[in-house]
Amino acid sequence: MEIVYATAIGVLTGAGVWLILRPRTFQVIMGLALLSYATNLFIFGMGRLKMHRPPIIGAEGGADPALYADPVPQALVLTAIVIGFATTALFLVVLLVLRGVAGTDHVDGREPDA
Amino acid sequence: MNALLQHLPVLPIVVPLVAGALLLLVRESRRTVRLGIAFGSLLVQLAAAATLLYLTTDAAADVWVDGIGVYAIGSWPAPFGIVLVIDRLSALMITLAGVVGLATLVYSIAYWDRPAQPFHSLYQLLMMGLNGAFLTGDLFNLFVFFEVLLAASYGLALRGVGALRVRNALHYIAVNLVASVLFLLGIAVIYGTVGTLNMADLLGKVAALAPGERVLFDAGAGLLGVAFLVKAGAWPLNFWLPSTYSVAIAPVAASFAMLTKVGVYAVLRIGTLMSQDDAAASMLPLILYYIGLATLFAGTVGMLATQHLARLVAYSVIMSSGLLLTAIGLGVETVTSPVLFYFATSVLTTAAFFLLTGMTDRTRFGAAPAATVDEPSPGAVSRSASPSYVAFGVRAPDAYGTDDEVGAPIPAAAAFLGLMFVCCVLLVAGLPPLPGFVAKFTLLAAALEGVTTAGEGAVWVLAAGVLGSGFAAIIALARIGIRLFWAGIRRRPRLHVLEAAPVAFLIALCLALSAGSGPAMGFFDAAARSLHEPQTYIRSVLGASGGAAPAAEVPR
Repeated sequence: MEIVYATAIGVLTGAGVWLILRPRTFQVIMGLALLSYATNLFIFGMGRLKMHRPPIIGAEGGADPALYADPVPQALVLTAIVIGFATTALFLVVLLVLRGVAGTDHVDGREPDA
Repeated sequence: MNALLQHLPVLPIVVPLVAGALLLLVRESRRTVRLGIAFGSLLVQLAAAATLLYLTTDAAADVWVDGIGVYAIGSWPAPFGIVLVIDRLSALMITLAGVVGLATLVYSIAYWDRPAQPFHSLYQLLMMGLNGAFLTGDLFNLFVFFEVLLAASYGLALRGVGALRVRNALHYIAVNLVASVLFLLGIAVIYGTVGTLNMADLLGKVAALAPGERVLFDAGAGLLGVAFLVKAGAWPLNFWLPSTYSVAIAPVAASFAMLTKVGVYAVLRIGTLMSQDDAAASMLPLILYYIGLATLFAGTVGMLATQHLARLVAYSVIMSSGLLLTAIGLGVETVTSPVLFYFATSVLTTAAFFLLTGMTDRTRFGAAPAATVDEPSPGAVSRSASPSYVAFGVRAPDAYGTDDEVGAPIPAAAAFLGLMFVCCVLLVAGLPPLPGFVAKFTLLAAALEGVTTAGEGAVWVLAAGVLGSGFAAIIALARIGIRLFWAGIRRRPRLHVLEAAPVAFLIALCLALSAGSGPAMGFFDAAARSLHEPQTYIRSVLGASGGAAPAAEVPR
């Protein structure tokens, strides 16, 4: 499971970095989105990958920490998702405004001289 | 300790949050109410910050042990709940933020906030993010407050129109989003290795890490450092800074003066907490030192190369960041208090200078907004394209009505501008009698006396950098000053008391800082001492909120 998980993060990050370095604003926003997905997965993975472990202490499990998944990274991921979503939406608006004002979707607001 | 005093530390965060939300509900036409809320909030914040500052000093030693106040949000004890920590450094920071915020807000109501739907709300949220970032004692909480202040700053940077402004804001947002990703990755790695995000709790656990995990932890700390350095405008991560700051409208640029310093603050805070532990301690300052030197150099060259005043001020921000990072990187403990002195001076200076820039622009372009054509350099930003500027240039300011927000034109406005400009130049270049000189002098004196980990030559390189950058600043600013004030004035500038007063206020504060260098330095010394005793910090944080939790009890 760790290999699959790590590969997924690696692919997302690689694609994200490549897209961020592209000249079109839409590519940049997709790259940022992929990067933040990779980050969210990474944060989640930092709580260690465990199967069949609830994050909340229940009556039957008792207080043994080994029986539970770490809830903190899950809370962190939730916060990070919300913040990432909001900032991506904001970036999208700016992107559209630039498209409207500059008439091009190049990140510099003008086409490079051919 | 009464209830108000007990909840005082959370006021600088809650008050602007509530005020920002309230401002959204008040209709645009009810200007008096809006301004009342905005100013009321800022004044409460400033009062709270000043009180907190007083409580951390020795004069109020009976209130808090060691001058460190801990506010456990929701009364959860420290390593599990999030705490706000008020020591001398953070109290100093929120006071500076409050002072700059108030001055900038007064300036902005002259007319900059006019075509403004959410200006005041965003401004309150910016203040909330700043105060929160300075007060929090938790890494993830620091990230959240960074995002709050960045989100507000994105909105503020976009004020006004023009493709250039939108483009630069886009770059600014993209860079900061990537930096946020790095910040999150750093936090995740640190949590994964140490199992806590409380800054005080981190330290005790780092020392107990196995060597393999220690490497991972250092990588995480490095990622955090990169994110902070992006904020601080360190070379080579600062190419967004001059463009963004120089096209933002003047009051926004002035409040951004505090924004870059958040990065420096985070480096200082986390760096000193970590420095107690030897393995990373030897590497960290050295890297900071070289990055700082490169930043100082980049800022200096930028100042010499640019032709546009706002851009020049933006490069002076980079220069001061570089100076601070280099000095921190020396690893001399006695340098820290001059660093704080320089920190305070440079925040006030940059804010005043950006505010001044907004007024001097007017003397050049006058009633002809198209005059930017004669400024072909890439820094030549069409400020004239901003609706607020056009509104000013085309219509007489009195057209806004007779309410007292529009003050009387100041006689001899050009003389006032010139005088303020000279003061700013003296501050940036570090010439007496203004505190820029005191700061740089004490910094060099402490650096030359202290024993540095970076080697003997490093101190002399720093001295050359400080003096050389000051000299370059004089050249660049004198050149632009001659163009602006002797050759450039095409029409009498009309200033408003509301715009002039904040600049004069900030400069007067600088003068006061210079005149009261002795007591101020005493405070900075105390702040630096407590920074370099992280054990006190840790004891206060972990001990104050319901008994210290032994490290072993914390679940991994």
